Amino acid sequence: MRVLDKRTRFNRRNFLKTSAASVAAAGAVSGGMVSMTAMPAWAEGLTAIKPDAAKTLLVMVRDLYPHDRLGDAYYEKALASMDQEAAKDVTLAGQLNEGAVALDAAARKLRNTPYAAIKAEEDRVAVLKSIETTPFFRKVRGDMVVALYNQPEVWAKLGYEGASAEYGGYIHRGFDDLDWIKDA
Amino acid sequence: MVAKFAMDDDSVVVVIGSGAGGGTLANELAQKGVKVVCLEAGGRHEIQDFVNDEWKSFSQISWLDKRTTSGSWRVAKDFPNLPAWIVKAVGGSTVHWAGASLRFQEHEFKTRTTYGAVEGANLLDWPVTLAEMEPYYDKAEFKMGTTGTNGIPRLPGNNNYKVLAAGAKKLGYAEFHTGNMSINSKPRDGRGACQQIGFCFQGCKSGAKWSTLYTEIPKGEATGNLEVRPNSQVLKIEHDAKGKVNAVLYADATGAMHRQKARIVAVAGNSIESPRLLLNSASTMFPDGLANSSGQVGRNYMRHMTGSVYGLFDRPVHMYRGTTMAGIIRDESRFDPRRGFVGGYEMETLSLGVPFMAAFLDPGAWGRDFSSALDAYDHIAGMWLVGEDMPRETNRVTLHATEKDKFGLPIPNVNFDDHPNDIAMRTHAYGRGSAVYDAVGAVRTIHTPPYPSTHNLGTNRMSANARDGVVNKWGQAHDVKNLFVSDGSQFTSGASENPTLTIVALAIRQADYIADQMSKREI
Repeated sequence: MRVLDKRTRFNRRNFLKTSAASVAAAGAVSGGMVSMTAMPAWAEGLTAIKPDAAKTLLVMVRDLYPHDRLGDAYYEKALASMDQEAAKDVTLAGQLNEGAVALDAAARKLRNTPYAAIKAEEDRVAVLKSIETTPFFRKVRGDMVVALYNQPEVWAKLGYEGASAEYGGYIHRGFDDLDWIKDA
Repeated sequence: MVAKFAMDDDSVVVVIGSGAGGGTLANELAQKGVKVVCLEAGGRHEIQDFVNDEWKSFSQISWLDKRTTSGSWRVAKDFPNLPAWIVKAVGGSTVHWAGASLRFQEHEFKTRTTYGAVEGANLLDWPVTLAEMEPYYDKAEFKMGTTGTNGIPRLPGNNNYKVLAAGAKKLGYAEFHTGNMSINSKPRDGRGACQQIGFCFQGCKSGAKWSTLYTEIPKGEATGNLEVRPNSQVLKIEHDAKGKVNAVLYADATGAMHRQKARIVAVAGNSIESPRLLLNSASTMFPDGLANSSGQVGRNYMRHMTGSVYGLFDRPVHMYRGTTMAGIIRDESRFDPRRGFVGGYEMETLSLGVPFMAAFLDPGAWGRDFSSALDAYDHIAGMWLVGEDMPRETNRVTLHATEKDKFGLPIPNVNFDDHPNDIAMRTHAYGRGSAVYDAVGAVRTIHTPPYPSTHNLGTNRMSANARDGVVNKWGQAHDVKNLFVSDGSQFTSGASENPTLTIVALAIRQADYIADQMSKREI
């Protein structure tokens, strides 16, 4: 049956764009540790979300929807869409920046460390659980489940092909090519 | 030649809504020479405007006007302002319907007799029988080109169907196939065959799926007897001193108000807007709302017992390829109270793209349990469970006490609590759905809660006796003889089948009745 190649196709342009972030991604994959001592370039590109908050929020969004196969670039893009909203909405900007501070405070309370510096994912999840009912958490969770999974680049990684009408549908492209069930 | 009728032309039938009920009724009347003005709240988006993109399409065609929810159903928590996932556009919800076209079973027209008194349920027999409906089901299936009828071959099964069918076979189910679908399996009625595009819910890009948008409506317009006015939101139905309706007040796209006179008014705005309109049309003569002497307007809101089961496999499925709902297991739709509930349910193939899977798989969920399911997206098979839910007086559409829409009219609130029968049926259906996938080696199955309602039914129900419901067996208001209800809100009970075929059959039947009554000068 026709399956998809989910490997990332590198070209020079998107490699340059994502290489700084993929260092952090590798850290996230290897042990839940995200080391970002230097200010990442993408965070400086945000307008409403402050750089420190951006670092915290990035780790938060990864923990909300962890896909080890996805580099940070996809999560950053999702956050950037929220930043665009926040740039037009002072209340939202305040909610995000203050929420990130509150998340750090919750992390210090439970683990004596800022959120993004907590090494184990399960410990960070415990912190998130402690703020799960806050409007800040609900806002980030609700917006990110749309923004992360509405990216065609993410679809390709998950094996979803997106629009099909312009390719003539699937009538000649594998709508019934499942071959692992005998007698199907 | 498209007709244009004057606002003060009081000889026209005004049909409110252009979906399965309104669009069909409008065309049927136009074919008989009756002059019809069809007022549609939404815009007119043609096939070329549809997009294969779930969120973009959602914002293009959905009914997004604010609504509120209450009650213990989970939709009220997860989607408090989106009780229903229906369409605001010419063609109504036939733009996004899946195409499943099933006849109700004989006993489903007689639920009170068959099921007996069920505590907490407001069961009532329909004033119509299957035998009376059969000739109209025949006409509806022919009109819509339903597969498995009229010699029309069924659709080929896609990957998602293959998994469902293999599981059904292993469990010993007997009635499973690719369904009775109003989607062309070969060219018919000027429309092509299904190209297995997927995206049936986003508007069919090939036109293979029946929708009033490009069948009934242009056919009606071609007679010169039908004028469709898009972007026309009806705010109030007015009546004369004798209590007969004589005009509707509506707002056009600019917000300008118009009054279209009418000989007859037919309401087909789906089961939230239709009762809302009747309630908002209250007057000195009808203080509780139009056609509401029974107090049943807005009550008995049904939305089908629903839920989904997704099976994760270690081999790929790519469920999204091809027709979304061309696959069904019917064995559980029988009446068999030994299972612990009355009524039955269907299991039908369903797929969502990644964006909607993320939003609807388990609303509010996060963390690895959730994301690991999406990681397996292309290894998932999916089914939708759709069964009969119990009508309850307290499940109802009411006018919001304080919130108003942009025209200053109260917005609707939808209150819903699952009946214990609904919960017992859902539990059973989740179990059988999982068993289907387990039988073919699922590594994990997921039980997804109901989506915002796509099948909205019962809020202006039919009854033999005027005290029990809003309309008679013809969909004619008990209280106002030139006022009709033409959508799923007239359903006395919900049955286990997808409702569109029955809505269309009722609309064809109603058109015969209206034309007959007009010619006899009864209305």
